[in-house]
Amino acid sequence: MKIDDIKLWLDERLSISTLAAMAQKKEVPLHRHSIWYYFGGMTLFLFTVQVVTGILLLLYYRPSSENAFESVQFIMTEVKFGWLIRSIHSWSANLMIATLFIHMFSVFFLRSYYPPREITWLSGVFLLFIVICFGFSGYLLPWNKLAFFATKVGTEIAGVVPVVGRPIMRFLRGGDDVTGATLTRFFGFHVAVLPATATVFIAVHVLLVQLHGMHVPEKYEHTHRKMKFFPNFILRDLIGWILAIGVLAILAALFPWELGEKADAFTPAPAGIKPEWYFLFMFQTLKLIPAKVLGLDGEVLGIMAFNVVAMLLFIVPFVDRSPENRRRRLILNVAGVLALVYIVGMTIYGYVT
Amino acid sequence: MTRLRKMDRQAKQFQKEWPAHLARVLQRLNARVTLRLFLRLGIILTLFTLVSAQKKSSCIECHSKLEDTRLSAPAKLFDNDIHHARGLSCNDCHGGDPNADTREGAKDPRKGYLGKPKTLDIPAYCGKCHSDATLMKKFNPSLRVDQEKEYYTSNHGKLLKAGEQRVATCISCHSVHGIRSPKDPLSSVYPSNVAETCSKCHASADYMRGFGIPNDQYAKYKTSVHAKALYEKQDLSAPTCNDCHGNHGATPPGIASVANVCGQCHARQAELFQTSPHKAAFDQKQLAECLTCHSNHAIAKPGDQMIGTQQGALCINCHSSGDKGFVAAGLMRSRIDELIGSIDKSTEILNRAERAGMEVSKPKFELKGATDALTHARVLIHSSSTAEVEKVVAPGLEAAGKGYQAGLGALAERSYRRKGLAVSLVFILFLAGLVYLKVRQIESRQAAEK
Repeated sequence: MKIDDIKLWLDERLSISTLAAMAQKKEVPLHRHSIWYYFGGMTLFLFTVQVVTGILLLLYYRPSSENAFESVQFIMTEVKFGWLIRSIHSWSANLMIATLFIHMFSVFFLRSYYPPREITWLSGVFLLFIVICFGFSGYLLPWNKLAFFATKVGTEIAGVVPVVGRPIMRFLRGGDDVTGATLTRFFGFHVAVLPATATVFIAVHVLLVQLHGMHVPEKYEHTHRKMKFFPNFILRDLIGWILAIGVLAILAALFPWELGEKADAFTPAPAGIKPEWYFLFMFQTLKLIPAKVLGLDGEVLGIMAFNVVAMLLFIVPFVDRSPENRRRRLILNVAGVLALVYIVGMTIYGYVT
Repeated sequence: MTRLRKMDRQAKQFQKEWPAHLARVLQRLNARVTLRLFLRLGIILTLFTLVSAQKKSSCIECHSKLEDTRLSAPAKLFDNDIHHARGLSCNDCHGGDPNADTREGAKDPRKGYLGKPKTLDIPAYCGKCHSDATLMKKFNPSLRVDQEKEYYTSNHGKLLKAGEQRVATCISCHSVHGIRSPKDPLSSVYPSNVAETCSKCHASADYMRGFGIPNDQYAKYKTSVHAKALYEKQDLSAPTCNDCHGNHGATPPGIASVANVCGQCHARQAELFQTSPHKAAFDQKQLAECLTCHSNHAIAKPGDQMIGTQQGALCINCHSSGDKGFVAAGLMRSRIDELIGSIDKSTEILNRAERAGMEVSKPKFELKGATDALTHARVLIHSSSTAEVEKVVAPGLEAAGKGYQAGLGALAERSYRRKGLAVSLVFILFLAGLVYLKVRQIESRQAAEK
């Protein structure tokens, strides 16, 4: 049987030639801000790295308070290249969150959520929260001291929310305290619930991008310079991904992810405990907020404010629908810049204090 | 809705009719029953008033108003006294009548007024209750009742019996009128206050003149490892004066019994010493067992410099070059030094590997085996047996050696990783360059086609 025969056989069944023709037709607009198009693909690539390294870690990881720490220690010291896989998994998770933030802010400032791309934005916001949940649940899995207390503080913060807070906290912890039960359910969220949900949202997100094509900012609508998606854009993407592997290799080899000490509920929390960098701006805000603001509990107020901002993200494409309303556009731009400055400023402040 | 309306109607009706309801209830009550009820209430009220009146103490009332502080202080201090908290009053110790309104009535000898006890009588004065097991059980079933008896076995007690009045009695340590529970941090006999309390007399050269004992114990104790544990680490189990000398039976332990005193806490060291060749030698030379090397009140933190044959080591105070003990001391010290050196070397390399990001928590944990062996060896020197010390030093050296090997391995792994990274980066950059060239090639072909 010749190769052409195999191709024909497959084409009859999978319509590869139709898909190839579609891919051939697909084009990427070229303008001053085309660079931002790469960050969505980069985030997706890093997610793939997470899936692959995550599956490899699953071969040795044991999700119980008795074994979790020891199994990660085993991965880091005894398993051949285990240190590399775990370090890449941790570094890639952080880089993914960074590229995701860049992607979100670029989409926000370039107004790529204008109709008909509202659902693409919504699925993206869902993915942002899913990724943050990935980060929060994955952080506990090595069952070390820092992770234990960070989870304790994190879930405690969730518990402060009026009415629903306590039940949410109990659900997350699997009881009143952070215990082995918390670890087991965080593991469940991290390797089953969140990946399944993420896959659905990624599929919707990517399909919608294919359906609507890349958004061109109105300023550049008149320029008709374009680049073929296949192979030009995808090969450029590929260069980025190869370089990302290089960056991950450097980070993993020179700065292997720390394991720390095994969690012990009976020891006091380590001094100066801080959450992961992507939670730091919120943590710092809660630290700075006074205990009472206008007679209300400061912490509750802060958490509610973050919830409101998170909810606002969902309604962005329904509030700002076209470039015509200049004033609304200006307000959103100012809000976006302020949010960015606030996040960066508070994160730096959190690190230096 | 109908149910709510019905309840509302019933409530309104009750509001109108409740006086009539009450009258009906009262009518039903038998007049005799009502009378009996009022009588009982009257008796209870009278008894309550009488009891309240008994609580009144004319001693406190008068004394607290007196201008002479010597006379008013007891009344004021008594508020915080444990006896007061347990419901006792002035007359329970001093006798008299606290209900009398005149001084003469209150201090009436016919009513058992005893007044201020003489120093010689104080132990018996307190012992009246504190030596009475039946009485004390009512207040605290676990409290000892042999304090008075024990007191007379102490040097204080013996001297008092002989008529010396400048010795400590109950009130010298426990204070008077403001006596607190020994568990109360403000008590003068709370662990961290004991040394201060004893020092009031024992550190005073003037006061101690004539007793023929030194007065530097407190100053020395303050420099000791025990005082550091008690005052700096706030370790209330650390010994203070009474833990070695006893409290009510306070006596300096004799040469023969000092090891038993130290051995209360340092049991293993005491046990090893008993089996060592030093035991017979110390007995023969009439040397006090522990304090010959460690001293008594100024016990310093023991260090390795105390053992060995070098200048400053304690062993050479008795042993000289060539004798068996001299050789053993030198050997024990050199093995301990060897173990310390090995642990330091391993710790250093493991820390270096850790700083370089290598995961070495397991070998670091296992190195604890070597530090445990070192601690054990330092205890075993009390056996004066090189063989006993060697039994723990050898495995300790092995554990430390393993730690060092693990550190070397981690550093080797680190350089292997760096080399691997360099090779990978060359390959990665080469691949990225190839793809870039391919893009350039495709794009120039596309431009030519256009």
